[in-house]
Amino acid sequence: MQTTSDGVTGVQAFHQGELDAGRLLVQRCGECSRHVYYPRETCPHCGSTALEWTAPSGLGSVHAVTTVRRKPADGGDLNVSLVDLDEGVRLMSRVDNLAPEAVRIGQRVKARVQVKDGRGLVLFDAIDGAAA
Amino acid sequence: MSTGLKALRGSAAIAGVATFGCGEKPGFTDMELLARSAHAAVADAGLTMRDIDGLCTASASAAMWALPVVEYLGLNPRYIDGTMLGGSSFIAHLLPAMHAIRSGQCSAVLICYGSAQRSAAFGRREIVAARRFLDPQPYEHPYEPMLPVSAYALAASRHMHEFGTTREQLADVAVAARAWAGLNPEAFMREPLTREEVLGARMVSDPLSVRDCCLVTDGAGACVLVSAERARDLPKKPVYVLGNATAVWNRQISSMADLTVTAASQSGREAFAMAGLAPKDIDVVQLYDAFTINTLLFLEDLGFCPKGEAGRFVADGAIAPGGKLPVNTNGGGLSCVHPGMYGIFALIEAVRQLRGECGERQVKNAHIAIAHGNGGMLSSQASAILGTAETL
Repeated sequence: MQTTSDGVTGVQAFHQGELDAGRLLVQRCGECSRHVYYPRETCPHCGSTALEWTAPSGLGSVHAVTTVRRKPADGGDLNVSLVDLDEGVRLMSRVDNLAPEAVRIGQRVKARVQVKDGRGLVLFDAIDGAAA
Repeated sequence: MSTGLKALRGSAAIAGVATFGCGEKPGFTDMELLARSAHAAVADAGLTMRDIDGLCTASASAAMWALPVVEYLGLNPRYIDGTMLGGSSFIAHLLPAMHAIRSGQCSAVLICYGSAQRSAAFGRREIVAARRFLDPQPYEHPYEPMLPVSAYALAASRHMHEFGTTREQLADVAVAARAWAGLNPEAFMREPLTREEVLGARMVSDPLSVRDCCLVTDGAGACVLVSAERARDLPKKPVYVLGNATAVWNRQISSMADLTVTAASQSGREAFAMAGLAPKDIDVVQLYDAFTINTLLFLEDLGFCPKGEAGRFVADGAIAPGGKLPVNTNGGGLSCVHPGMYGIFALIEAVRQLRGECGERQVKNAHIAIAHGNGGMLSSQASAILGTAETL
């Protein structure tokens, strides 16, 4: 799938609107062909404005990991990961279907959009049997 | 680096330094702490506030911070730098100030900072909440990282994964800083610290425990920069700025291309080039150790050891008192002082070492020092090479 925003809003609002509808899109530069995330108005690699929206495979690997230690009253321990999508972009997210301390660098994961109270958020699930 | 920068090597010198309220100083505002250190630094330089015609300052909370500082101190500066790059700001302020002095725009620049972070009623929790609106990071905040520590924890996890760096080696950084702090009457935490105590401390954001994290203190620091010619007529031994460079590569940790290589590799290279010096020439090292991983990353990126080797480099007390390389001789942000932004304290400690004013912790025959600042989430990096008259 490839789509373009209509330019009525900035890319952040467009991207969030897609997430709120359950869809993760990333940008790809029409000039230098590199993928771009988070969404921007100009390509940070080559400066072009020819950014197009594309649906990534959603597959990726955990690049770095931490467990944020919180009291149970504050929600308990929380995984925060940096995930490299196979398209070559990195984003902060959370691996949601493992215990926080079980998330490992290299773990293969797949993106999922969680929509809660109408607000979309990119999360990842570990792919069974594909741990590093 | 443009070759023109080499002409600025040693053209300006730090003629005055001071700290005030380091540790815990309840009952003072940010500005009051700043003013006390500013007054003391100007006096240390043998000048009065009326001699100050240049100002460099930054605050983590006030966007127009230079304005109230000008007003409060009664200054009328012809040169103002309020560039805010996080904790590296005050080290980044040096080179533009050297240009201003060299051009004749101004003659005496006050670099100053103050924060009542520990004692202030408006605490860190409120500041973090306010920043979510004032300085949004919509692609990180929804995941609730505990910033800044989680950003550094992510970098640490990657360094451990790629190079086999261990929590024990991270702990050795904190242990060394504490050993230096034990020799510094100004340091906030001075009692001995063991590797086991660091490893056994409460985890904050794995792999970093609370002892891998900097202090939260009050404190203020100030420096006065003048031309090299003028510095020679002032009372204190001048400390010359031989090289200075700043580099910014990202804001968010998720935007960092390689979590194990910081922009210090650029700022360090350019500062050394301006100074015409190399890491082997450095006698004393002051690094911005907001977290233990910082010290490892900067030892590598500034060229004190190869990439990936810093964990092994710091083992067995190599950067502690009596070790092969004196690092963070005041106790650093980990054990001496860390009021929100630490950079100016790294600079002041480097100056004090080169002046020979450090008492028990004094490094013998210290002629060349590096002071390195970091800001944001491993985002901004500023390196300054300083030297005594013998190094000109």
